[in-house]
Amino acid sequence: MKDSGCTTALVVGAGIGGITAALDIANSGFPVVLVEREPSIGGHMAQLSETFPTLDCSQCIMTPRTVEVGHHENIRLHTYSDIESVRREPSGSYVVRIRRRAAYVDWDKCTGCGVCQEKCPFKVVSLFERGIGPRKVIYTLSPQAVPNKPVIDAQQCRYLQSKWDMEAGRAPAVDKHGNPVTPKCGACAKLCPTGAIDWEQQDRVIEEQVGAIILATGYDLLPVQRLPEYGGGELRDVVDGLAFERLLAASGPTAGKVVRPSDGAVPKQVVFVQCSGSRDPERGVPYCSKICCLYVAKQAMLYKHRVPDGQATVFYIDVRAGGKGYEEFVTRAQEEHGVVYLRGKVSKIYSQDGRLIVKGADTLSHRAVEISADLVVLATAYVARASTAAVAAQFGVAVDENGFLAPGDEEMAPVESGVEAVFLAGAALGPKDIPETVAQASGAAAKVLSLFQQRVAAEAHVTA
Amino acid sequence: MRVVLNPEALHGAFIREIEAISEQNLLACNQCGRCSAGCPLVEEMDLLPNQIIRLAQLGLETVIDSQTPWMCASCLMCQSRCPKGVDLPRVMEAVRQIALRRGDSRVLAGRIDGSLLASAPQMAVIGALRRGEK
Amino acid sequence: MTLTPRAYSYFPGCTLATTAVDYDASGRAVAAALNLDLHEVPDWNCCGASFPLSAENVMSFIAPARVLIAAQHAGQDLATLCAVCFHVLKRSDSYLRKHPEAADRLNAFVTEGDYAARVKVRHLLGVLRDDVGWEAVRERVVAPLQGLRPAPYYGCLLLRPQAEMELDDPEAPSLLHDLLHALGADPVGFPRQAECCGSTLLVSAPEANQRLSAAVIDSARSAGAAIVITACPLCKFNLERAQEGRPQAEQLPVAYFTQAMAAAFGLPEHAGPAFRREVAA
Repeated sequence: MKDSGCTTALVVGAGIGGITAALDIANSGFPVVLVEREPSIGGHMAQLSETFPTLDCSQCIMTPRTVEVGHHENIRLHTYSDIESVRREPSGSYVVRIRRRAAYVDWDKCTGCGVCQEKCPFKVVSLFERGIGPRKVIYTLSPQAVPNKPVIDAQQCRYLQSKWDMEAGRAPAVDKHGNPVTPKCGACAKLCPTGAIDWEQQDRVIEEQVGAIILATGYDLLPVQRLPEYGGGELRDVVDGLAFERLLAASGPTAGKVVRPSDGAVPKQVVFVQCSGSRDPERGVPYCSKICCLYVAKQAMLYKHRVPDGQATVFYIDVRAGGKGYEEFVTRAQEEHGVVYLRGKVSKIYSQDGRLIVKGADTLSHRAVEISADLVVLATAYVARASTAAVAAQFGVAVDENGFLAPGDEEMAPVESGVEAVFLAGAALGPKDIPETVAQASGAAAKVLSLFQQRVAAEAHVTA
Repeated sequence: MRVVLNPEALHGAFIREIEAISEQNLLACNQCGRCSAGCPLVEEMDLLPNQIIRLAQLGLETVIDSQTPWMCASCLMCQSRCPKGVDLPRVMEAVRQIALRRGDSRVLAGRIDGSLLASAPQMAVIGALRRGEK
Repeated sequence: MTLTPRAYSYFPGCTLATTAVDYDASGRAVAAALNLDLHEVPDWNCCGASFPLSAENVMSFIAPARVLIAAQHAGQDLATLCAVCFHVLKRSDSYLRKHPEAADRLNAFVTEGDYAARVKVRHLLGVLRDDVGWEAVRERVVAPLQGLRPAPYYGCLLLRPQAEMELDDPEAPSLLHDLLHALGADPVGFPRQAECCGSTLLVSAPEANQRLSAAVIDSARSAGAAIVITACPLCKFNLERAQEGRPQAEQLPVAYFTQAMAAAFGLPEHAGPAFRREVAA
């Protein structure tokens, strides 16, 4: 069938929601343009060790889909890209300009061998690893990245910075003997077997014409800096839930060994603090982040699997376990793994003699409780990404008072934005777990397919 | 022990008195326990701070027999960390005031140790008397 | 840098006028050194020593309201040193601004004038940070407190509740830290730096008071502090009293921030014994 542009879909965001929607549409025979900000697809699910309630390995259940996306003949994948502008044509289709940022690596030449990343001499903070481990300046997010092609973090790259300094006259281009100065490092370029490093690479703008859009831009976690009474990010052994996932993940920076970030010792007393910023109209977000009760139970159980003689304690206000098998899952943590649940919101966490003092309470036994912990995991609030409002605005979509995408009718049309041919799915709408995200993504995809089918039928009618 | 909670108690004069003096909506407290978790005086209290407001929420007047409001230093730690913005120090003050109305002074000028009276900053004496005298 | 002369109304409060004259004297001296003109509020009375937590009785606001009324005539910001006075006056002012009907009832029987929400209540620490600036403070230092590791102790009422006190973040305060840095010292934060010393439990529950103040001192000592710096005469009294049973060598001296400033500004007569002992050590 001719690609008129009116039956091409755009999916913004390639986490599990975007991936699911893209595959549903592509497998139905329609072209999909899939745009992702990160160098590779997978979103937060790619950071997880195991998922609740099945304890499936997250990478294992996701990789078949990411690989399918990477190879799919109907999916045009643009990673390391942002939506630059959106324009509605008189025909009703959308013209979207996508800016693909300069990666300084020619992905057509790159074979994904990984030598550049291995040999890059410089380690920097990795947002993907949430402070647990570093990455290199030239990097892929993970060994299973799709596409498995690296990008160079230009801000941190000594070659690029010194090259640009020289070009701008900020640094001398010749030495005292009059010889040209070579920019620093450049190890990756020297070692790349296919010569894929491209120091002159520029941003590229791609224009795509699409007939329907799905926004699936995902979520973020409240930064620990927002919780000064829990250390405000200054205490190395107080981490958030995603950071603990990186400790648990077999492909993570510690190869799945649960250790304290400060000294690498195995923690024997891990305290999980639920509602860190959630249900807190005064100083955090007013809503419940929904998934923390389950992922804390999961993380506590996984910790006990790794460190059987360790103690896991959870401070909670309520346990919210409404999904299928969820209550039973939490009960398992309590009854079979000896995870102790204390009902009380933690007031303060501070450091003393290398340990963390957690001041909480157990209202059920009428006691204020103090625990000396090795490691504290904060179940921080699930929040809208900082960019969600701006991306939504590009498509004329509203966000709610908490910054999440707002459907026109939350109750009866939760994946419809209210803007014609623009649909919404997944975490960007508010706290939800993976099954819900996948279901919503399929729901949004079904809406798109229904729209496309009508257009195909209309066109067939016209040409008949 | 068992209490019979009837609508009269749950909407009765005692709760109204506490809410009037404290200007707090007692039901805004969801008993998260953070106040008790951070209170520096819990070691000396018979009931936790969150229990005080819980008893008040349920209109249970035994709350005025507790030592807890008198062990409270009004340090405002609870109020500064309460996720619901409940001003517990004011609820404590309301319980203290009702206790004083119904009973005896808790602090009497004549019973303060003489050497303490002579050396202590008078702000401490005045503050203690204003809070504890009938 | 020449220091812009600034003028403030000043409320010492009853404790600074009697048992804590050293705080008052050192405060005035360092203010003068920074070209801050402190005009004592005429005919002032005790602020009341506790902020009325019960709403129904407007009468309990009379004492602080009279102070605010007395300060209105001068038309300047009102500066305080005592943390409790600052707390009572600032929150009373805030309350009366938010409840004009309470202010009306109060004005009906206060004869000294009408409360008209015209005075801004400040603490000297806020004045130093926001009006004078740390740079100017630094320039006035002639004897930097080099090598000194003071523990900045904020206590409770200086900072809480943050929305009303508008001074610093009680969860991550930096006001005293920054001042001590400007004086050349190396301040040491510690877990109990904004936890209660026991306050008026000194009178009504002295053992609890003892435990709390001792815990603050122990927390400061564990962090490696050599001296505790405070902005409240009751905190100072409680912290010193809690250590009375201990051997002299184990005691942490306690001083007012104004005494630290006096020491650094080369005004040793106002530095106080705790400070002289510590700097000499």
